[in-house]
Amino acid sequence: MLRTFRIGGIHPPENKLSARKKIVRLPIPKQVIIPLSQHIGAPAQAIVKKGDLVKAGTLIAKAGGFVSANIHSSVSGKINKVDTTIDASGYKRAAIFIDVDGDEWEESIDRSDELIKDCFLSAKEIIDKIAAAGIVGLGGATFPTQVKLTPPPGNKAEILIINAVECEPYLTSDHILMLEKGKEILVGVTLLMKAIDVKKAVIGIENNKPDAIKQMQTLAASFPGIEIMPLKVQYPQGGEKQLIDAVIRKQVKSGALPISAGTVVQNVGTAFAVYEAVQKNKPLFERIVTVTGKQLANPSNFLVRVGTPIKELIEAAGGVPENTGKIIGGGPMMGKALINADVPMSKGSSGILLLTKEESIRKPVQNCIRCAKCVNVCPMGLNPTLLMNATEFQNWDLAEANYIVDCIECGSCSYTCPANRPLLDYIRLGKGKVTGIIRARKS
Amino acid sequence: MILIAIISLGGIGAVGAILLYATSKKFEIHEDPRIARVQEVLPGANCGGCGFPGCSGFANACVNAENLDNLLCPVGGSAVMEKVAIILEKEASKTDPTVAVVRCNGTCEARPKTNQYNGVSSCAIASMLYGGETGCSYGCLGFGDCEAACDFDAIHINPETRLPEVIEDKCTSCGACVKACPKNIIELRKKGPKSRRIFVSCVNKEKGGVARKACTNACIGCGKCEKECAFGAITIENNLAYIDPVKCRLCRKCVVVCPTMAIHELNFPPRKEKDTEPAVKPQKKPEPIETTTPENK
Repeated sequence: MLRTFRIGGIHPPENKLSARKKIVRLPIPKQVIIPLSQHIGAPAQAIVKKGDLVKAGTLIAKAGGFVSANIHSSVSGKINKVDTTIDASGYKRAAIFIDVDGDEWEESIDRSDELIKDCFLSAKEIIDKIAAAGIVGLGGATFPTQVKLTPPPGNKAEILIINAVECEPYLTSDHILMLEKGKEILVGVTLLMKAIDVKKAVIGIENNKPDAIKQMQTLAASFPGIEIMPLKVQYPQGGEKQLIDAVIRKQVKSGALPISAGTVVQNVGTAFAVYEAVQKNKPLFERIVTVTGKQLANPSNFLVRVGTPIKELIEAAGGVPENTGKIIGGGPMMGKALINADVPMSKGSSGILLLTKEESIRKPVQNCIRCAKCVNVCPMGLNPTLLMNATEFQNWDLAEANYIVDCIECGSCSYTCPANRPLLDYIRLGKGKVTGIIRARKS
Repeated sequence: MILIAIISLGGIGAVGAILLYATSKKFEIHEDPRIARVQEVLPGANCGGCGFPGCSGFANACVNAENLDNLLCPVGGSAVMEKVAIILEKEASKTDPTVAVVRCNGTCEARPKTNQYNGVSSCAIASMLYGGETGCSYGCLGFGDCEAACDFDAIHINPETRLPEVIEDKCTSCGACVKACPKNIIELRKKGPKSRRIFVSCVNKEKGGVARKACTNACIGCGKCEKECAFGAITIENNLAYIDPVKCRLCRKCVVVCPTMAIHELNFPPRKEKDTEPAVKPQKKPEPIETTTPENK
């Protein structure tokens, strides 16, 4: 009997069209646009100016606070301007524009494919290296990794959980990474274990990836303390709290951090980035992105430099099909529609999904029939229909009393609603309002 | 037998009556009778525009306040406040009546759609997701949160322009639409003599080129109006002009020089013929509006 989380969950069609497609290195574009806010927390501060020459891996923006991350150039060339760009949501964000010239990397970066297994650094040195490399959680939340590895005083992790679930339909970047870079990931996991001083790590993989499970199990035999745990397929198992419940059967209290359950969760892509940063001195400036869609000629997994315009990725996968209705940044469940394809991909972009016109249209909203399907599927045990009504009537006290801030915005409620009610749209609005109210009350 | 019943029941009734009377006297809540009188003259809309919970809350605040300086019923305006002042024998503060003004003129023609939104028809939700269906992320989204928030049926989305329009006679300046608008487009402005007012109908803070590309009616921050204004009422900040309603003398010169027609005038009589041309030399002032307006040059 395979494990999974115990409350709610859904099973949308998997549609993993690009599964097992080999990682293809995408050609470097003529110009990259590197946003200064690619992570949760304060935006990074640019330290370069127009006309500066940079190499791939050169630090171009420094972390702007404790919860923030360094940003490095992903290409070699000349800074065109430090300006603002319209981001994927249509709002203005600060960004650095770099004109590409050749592909020269910083000398300190080891570009060979050779596996370096041994590491003689202390925990502190590993964390410092991770911070310097600007690594953020690559599962999509883009939380700065060094912050997660430095728990508040008095807390001690006992187990490291590696999130290789990839529960979002369509996305395959973590899957292919495990197939091609299994050993590197395991070294990365060992480094993370050392950084937080734990003896045990569990890599959770959903069992719709049997080849990855098998390969990781074979490789993990030579890495003491690392266990591979196949999990039952269930969305949103990739959610931090859901994965903790699935793997160690502990529930994280409302408002608490995973460390309160004695664990730290990291994404499998993050583990690979940690390996590259610590053993190869390579900052995080490229990542694997799934480009997919039912009408797309060639769904693929690309290794892409940060700042590459999204249209280049789509072009490389066969161009925008005629009947495209929406381009989604991320997966179909939690991703967001992009307003145009000129926006650059960032550290957190795990996938680009092209939906057809038929798929992208929302069905007409009907009245709630009080079937409680949303209540059944909510993985946080919330009452989505109540929270939606509370938001609609601006009853913030009711929303707060019913834990609206615990919503992980997985979209299971909206997905399952037979009346097509926009539950998550409202809950997200209410969550924002209530968070603001709570913050105002505290200060 | 009947007599016993009457006496005992009557006795119980009498004892109960005495008890009730005693408790009601003992626990009586002394409410200032003026509160009820003040509440009578208030409009009774319970809109919350004054900042208090409904009209009774406001009446209570008026009675308890030392003076009426910071208290204003935006619905009733000065007229109601004077009545309140008479009841309370206090001095009412003079305030200019205000009215809601929509500072966006990005009509469908001026501001073409760049994408299509097909989610919940609510400005608050759409603006949380992204910048909107047009190239201008500052402008009106047109889903009518202001219309829904208005208790007085005073603001409506024009189906042709997809922009809200205020019905001045109905607008009580309660500020509900100002709060509802996630883009902060609506402003409560001085109503002005004969409801005449001039304002910049744009909130786009982008540089001129970018703003113009997104919307042909956008303020591009060129500064022509600032130079033209003889009263120092116009300031430009973040590529956006703002007309101070207190300093503005309603001369309308800025309206003519604006290259994008972003400055709007309301309720003015039509101009004389030559007024439609861009003002090269100072024009004659179109009929005196305020007695205090000085003749310049």
